[in-house]
Amino acid sequence: MAKIKSLADLQKMKADVQNKVDLREKGDAVDKLVQVKVSMATCGIASGAKQIMEFFMDELDKRNIGAVVTQTGCMGYCYAEPTIEVTLPGQEPVVYGYVDQSKADDIIEKYIKNGELVDGIIPQNYETIDDKK
Amino acid sequence: MHLMICGGTGCRASESNIIEEKLNKELEEKDLQNDVQVVMTGCFGFCEKGPIVKVLPDNTFYTQVTPNDAKEIIEEHCIKGRKVQRLLYQDPEKKEHVADSKNMGFYKKQMRIALRNCGVINPENIEEYIARDGYSALGKCLTELTPQQVINLVKDSGLRGRGGGGFPTGLKWEFAAKNDADQKYVICNADEGDPGAFMDRSILEGDPHSVLEAMAICGYTMKATKGLIYIRAEYPLAIERLKTAIRQAREFGLLGTDILGTGFEFDVELRYGAGAFVCGEETALIHSMEGERGEPTFKPPFPAVEGYNKKPSNVNNVETFANIPAIILKGSEWFSAIGTEKSKGTKVFALAGKINNVGLIEVPMGITLREVIYEIGGGIKDGKKFKAIQTGGPSGGCLTEKHLDIPIDYDNLLASGSMMGSGGMIVMDEDDCMVSVAQFYLEFTVEESCGKCAPCRVGNKRLHEELDKICKGNATKEDLDALRNLANVIKDTSLCGLGQTSPNPILSTLDNFYDEYLSHVVDKKCPAGVCKDLMQYVIDPEPCVGCTACARVCPVGAIAGERKEAHVIDTEICIKCGACIDKCKFNAISIQ
Ligand SMILES: Cc1cc2nc3c(=O)[nH]c(=O)nc-3n(C[C@H](O)[C@H](O)[C@H](O)COP(=O)(O)O)c2cc1C
Ligand code: SF4
Ligand code: SF4
Repeated sequence: MAKIKSLADLQKMKADVQNKVDLREKGDAVDKLVQVKVSMATCGIASGAKQIMEFFMDELDKRNIGAVVTQTGCMGYCYAEPTIEVTLPGQEPVVYGYVDQSKADDIIEKYIKNGELVDGIIPQNYETIDDKK
Repeated sequence: MHLMICGGTGCRASESNIIEEKLNKELEEKDLQNDVQVVMTGCFGFCEKGPIVKVLPDNTFYTQVTPNDAKEIIEEHCIKGRKVQRLLYQDPEKKEHVADSKNMGFYKKQMRIALRNCGVINPENIEEYIARDGYSALGKCLTELTPQQVINLVKDSGLRGRGGGGFPTGLKWEFAAKNDADQKYVICNADEGDPGAFMDRSILEGDPHSVLEAMAICGYTMKATKGLIYIRAEYPLAIERLKTAIRQAREFGLLGTDILGTGFEFDVELRYGAGAFVCGEETALIHSMEGERGEPTFKPPFPAVEGYNKKPSNVNNVETFANIPAIILKGSEWFSAIGTEKSKGTKVFALAGKINNVGLIEVPMGITLREVIYEIGGGIKDGKKFKAIQTGGPSGGCLTEKHLDIPIDYDNLLASGSMMGSGGMIVMDEDDCMVSVAQFYLEFTVEESCGKCAPCRVGNKRLHEELDKICKGNATKEDLDALRNLANVIKDTSLCGLGQTSPNPILSTLDNFYDEYLSHVVDKKCPAGVCKDLMQYVIDPEPCVGCTACARVCPVGAIAGERKEAHVIDTEICIKCGACIDKCKFNAISIQ
């Protein structure tokens, strides 16, 4: 990686990475891919988030679904770990809690494939500073 | 179209599952089951107005729905497209029906500044941080602002330390900047020793770069080139993520020499703590980093004058730092518009205990405990009654029903006999004994006292013994006065913050729950039924049918009685295990 040598460099880099964050290896088709974010903080990992993340990676691959699985920090819903956030192309993200393997399977088959919501959604209850512009 | 029904404990208790059934039945009758889907969700965090049904995609929010409303919702909303007015949420202040949940106050209760990237970015990828304005604040400081301007900006924002004390951060930076030396240090306090607290850990795990960036900014203001993060070794994941973040920042040239071509130099290293609570106190922390015993020393000299290696140092908490980049980018006015007069911005709390939505929340200062407990926290578990909320960890106190409506900020909490602390919040219900709660925290401080000064080392131990006596039913009313006196002496004479605050859990429970103490010492009873020594299991001869179920399950043979005749428990033999109560089908056994 080349060093960022000036503020202009940083701003350029920001523009470059903004839209395809973490999805570089998948090309530019980010908007058409399903995104799955797994909350991997201590609380999530303790309740099996790692296995769930692997499950999603393997299964989405096996079932031929173009998707990006990434990890993220604590979403704050510690009571419902493991929690994941699924974003279908062009749609609002949906957070699911208490995701075990059978729930994960349900999410892939019903939500990701057909867009049917599945039980166990956690309503988002906060705003981040970006919502407030 | 989707109908989302709350499946949280509170709403389930008020028949949300029957509503689900009814909705599905209605849909089938109208042959709509393929067009409208009913989905059970987690708690919306609004149990006070449950059961909740939310309609997507139009975000209609129906409250206090009963099974009988199912038909109307389907016929009116799903078929005719008309909202059922009487079920809409009513804004308590405006007395208007609010149709779209995006406009509802309680959804705005949480506001994420310090946690802005947690749960959003991949913490192991610096590019994701950069994509969300990462390191732009540092860039702005280095190229557009003088160190004094940055300090002024932080001062104007009103940010106060989130590590417990609440000292104004900008002022602290100014002190450190004024003291010249050949080497200075920026120190991040990631010791987080309060039992039940995990705010700092979550920030480091979810957004480590925000802390690194803020430390560099602080370094710029005080001309320090070295940053040190003191983190407890029990946080392996946070340590890994920090190491990754530091490595990536160095690779990208955002730590190291000549950052962003401005000639500014700054680097960060980790220092590990062994997890002693007292090492979170800044002087003890510095001694621990120097390889000395982790014991506090008298202030002054403050770290800003004589800190790590006797050089001027600035110590800030993780969450304090995490706020900095947002403040720099959005401005001090933006930040100071949030919160109360003397406490600006937001605070992260770890919500735990007898509450439905245990988790990490970030709320604007000035929010009330009632909003936190009933709206964000989703109310008390299993529909029990709220009794107290403990804030500030072992240095804080227990607040009660009468404190639920005061705006939370540093000064109000202090005035109510508790404190902000680092942000632990433990909710207690009617089943918690406040004497035992005080004892729990004292046990912690007795363990964690470093032993350097006598009031804390000896005094806390005595306090603990005194509480033990109360819980065992061996104390008198005079003992309560002695307890209070000793607590005040320890507060006044201890050397560091640990001893100065350790009696707070006792004092606040004495103030707010004096009757409960009295029950323990006068009636020798524990009203919550927690203190084992004060409990007696008895069988009421009326409902007892003499089924012998209890006698058979008792592990010590304390229950005697003929078949088909009332049984009795020999309280001398009984070990109070509770097994008989669970076994009795006739509710004949009770605790007294
Ligand atoms: C016994 C004791 C324990 C403390 N533990 C912590 C801690 O775990 N984390 C922390 O940030 N501050 C802790 N503090 C407060 C620090 O001494 C110091 O005030 C703080 O790190 C300053 O940062 P701030 O101004 O950003 O809050 C503790 C203080 C005392 C007296
Ligand atoms: S008050 Fe307690 S922890 Fe603090 S220096 Fe004295 S003995 Fe040590
Ligand atoms: S509480 Fe336990 S020991 Fe006491 S009578 Fe019941 S079963 Fe026996």
